[in-house]
Amino acid sequence: MTEPLLTGTGLGMIRGERVLFRDVSLEARMHDTVILRGANGAGKTTLLRILAGLTRPESGAVTRSAPHHWVSHREGLKPHETPHEHLSLWAKAWGATANVDGILKFMGLSRPADVPARHLSAGQRRRTALARLLLQPRSIWLLDEPFTALDAEGRELVLSLIEDHCREGGCVVAAIHGEAGFGAANEVTL
Amino acid sequence: MSAQPIFAAFRQALAEAWAGGAGALLPLGFFAGTAVLVPLGIGTDPATLRAVGPGILWVALALSSLVTLERIFQADTEDGALDLWLQTEAPPSAIAAAKTLAHFLTAGLPLALLSPLLALMFQAQASTGLLVNAAYYAVGGLAFYFWGGVGAALSATVRRGGLLISLIALPLYVPTAIFGAMAMTDAPGSQNAPLLLAASALFALAVAPFAMAAALRLAAD
Amino acid sequence: MFSWFANPHRFLSLSNWLAPACYAGGLILMIWGMWQGLWVVPKDDYQGGDIMRVMFMHVPTAWLAMASYSALAVMSFIWFIWRHEVADVAAKAIAPLGAVWTAICLATGSIWGKPTWGTWWQWDDARMMSVLFMFFLFLGYMALRAAMDTRQKAARAGAILAMVGAINVPLIHYSVEMFTSLHQTASVITSSGPKMSAVYLWPLLSCALGQSLLFAGLVQTQMRTEIRDRRTAKLRAQLMAGG
Repeated sequence: MTEPLLTGTGLGMIRGERVLFRDVSLEARMHDTVILRGANGAGKTTLLRILAGLTRPESGAVTRSAPHHWVSHREGLKPHETPHEHLSLWAKAWGATANVDGILKFMGLSRPADVPARHLSAGQRRRTALARLLLQPRSIWLLDEPFTALDAEGRELVLSLIEDHCREGGCVVAAIHGEAGFGAANEVTL
Repeated sequence: MSAQPIFAAFRQALAEAWAGGAGALLPLGFFAGTAVLVPLGIGTDPATLRAVGPGILWVALALSSLVTLERIFQADTEDGALDLWLQTEAPPSAIAAAKTLAHFLTAGLPLALLSPLLALMFQAQASTGLLVNAAYYAVGGLAFYFWGGVGAALSATVRRGGLLISLIALPLYVPTAIFGAMAMTDAPGSQNAPLLLAASALFALAVAPFAMAAALRLAAD
Repeated sequence: MFSWFANPHRFLSLSNWLAPACYAGGLILMIWGMWQGLWVVPKDDYQGGDIMRVMFMHVPTAWLAMASYSALAVMSFIWFIWRHEVADVAAKAIAPLGAVWTAICLATGSIWGKPTWGTWWQWDDARMMSVLFMFFLFLGYMALRAAMDTRQKAARAGAILAMVGAINVPLIHYSVEMFTSLHQTASVITSSGPKMSAVYLWPLLSCALGQSLLFAGLVQTQMRTEIRDRRTAKLRAQLMAGG
């Protein structure tokens, strides 16, 4: 049994006076996929943000023993930024030496590579955000609704990314609404 | 800790400022427009204009910093870039400082450089003193942008945050505005004003990034 | 020490008798001080005749304006470091009261200024300017809190702003003093303080202490209301969540 890459213990969150969830624990080891489930507003995104260290939980603690990638429904693209610029910027910011053109091609973004994000479709923006996962190998992937806005082909692409990542010893924690399309080691329902 | 995310944030902020289409022209237009309204309001007597000119430019500089700062962190919060910046290896205070500095260079510094021209319109004597004053505007503008950045970070999640930024930041602008205006007079007792102006800018540079970082963590929460 | 007070229950039972005690003590001291100040002590012609009696209202409000902002900053700091909820409740309660006292200070200063300076507003008076900026700091603090969508965020944003404001207050004060020293026309009001004769000193101290106690009482009442509001909101949320 390997050490868990990501552990959340006794996590609880309150927004205003509303208790979103309490006493949620989860862990993800190498090769694990953990799927977060719950109705709209149940706190899936908040839980992911807590796991990423963006939101401070009301109770409980998170430990990550490896670096993580974060992709949420807010892609982090600037309106004037092209997919190529976006990936180059983050490759530089992370000190990663990645083949940006290759990644763009792999993600099916060769054609819109130089189109500013404000002219991209929602699916293309999502692909750009997901392409950041390939800039730098990081063991933990935190994905918030990764399939939203993707077409069937894009969905297949992301599924294969997730499978490859887990096979190579990473772990994925994803909030997914509806069909996941891959076998999850663990499901957490909020 | 690594410096690469800081440079990247700086570059992105620069690119963003220029991408709006008008780039640095927009704040310049606002600055000049505000200043030009004054003679229309108070009359065109050259002696009066010469007396109030430097002060008017300080006010216009402060106002244009507030107007241009509104979106600096709000856009990052809305499009999710803030989440990414907070998860780099660089401290958020350094990221915030880099973004604010980029913003100052594109929106604040051009105003300082334009100030001699406006000073001439306010009937100032053409002299090297106007260039010295431009340097004072630049140093004071730096302090304005950093304190304004605190207001912008605190109101990053607030709709119509611009009004809130003004209310938060204006009291913090007071020392800089006073020292800056004093540096441009030759009244007795104002010899130290340029030093104090620089000190107030350094104080802003030293304190504001940490307040911005705390506020940005809150905005992402 | 503070964590002992940080328990809301303990605060409620403490303030249950402390708040009325503050009101009673404050009223007695205020009534005696004002009676002395308005009717008993001789008027001081050098300080503008009868108008100087406004001092018994004005000086205590000035002291409280400073003290309340300091208290706001201290409470914010305590909340920011230790997250004691009562500290945030206190900060939230102090802000509007501090703003009101600051406004009274400005108004009474202005009333005093009119006959002595011949103007309602004296830009050259460092104290008036400092208090004015403090008033703006209070307004900004309240506006920021009101703009946040949850009470936790309001507490955090407010604490950051109050602390930033607090470290700027000395600088603001210093710069304003420098500004006014350049422009100063001879000030009519000479410095009060220890030199003041005992006739004025005791009623003034009595008024200052009385106002402080009233202020403390009002803060406690506000805090009690706020604590109960938060409990109600919590209960309502639990009810809506179905238990």
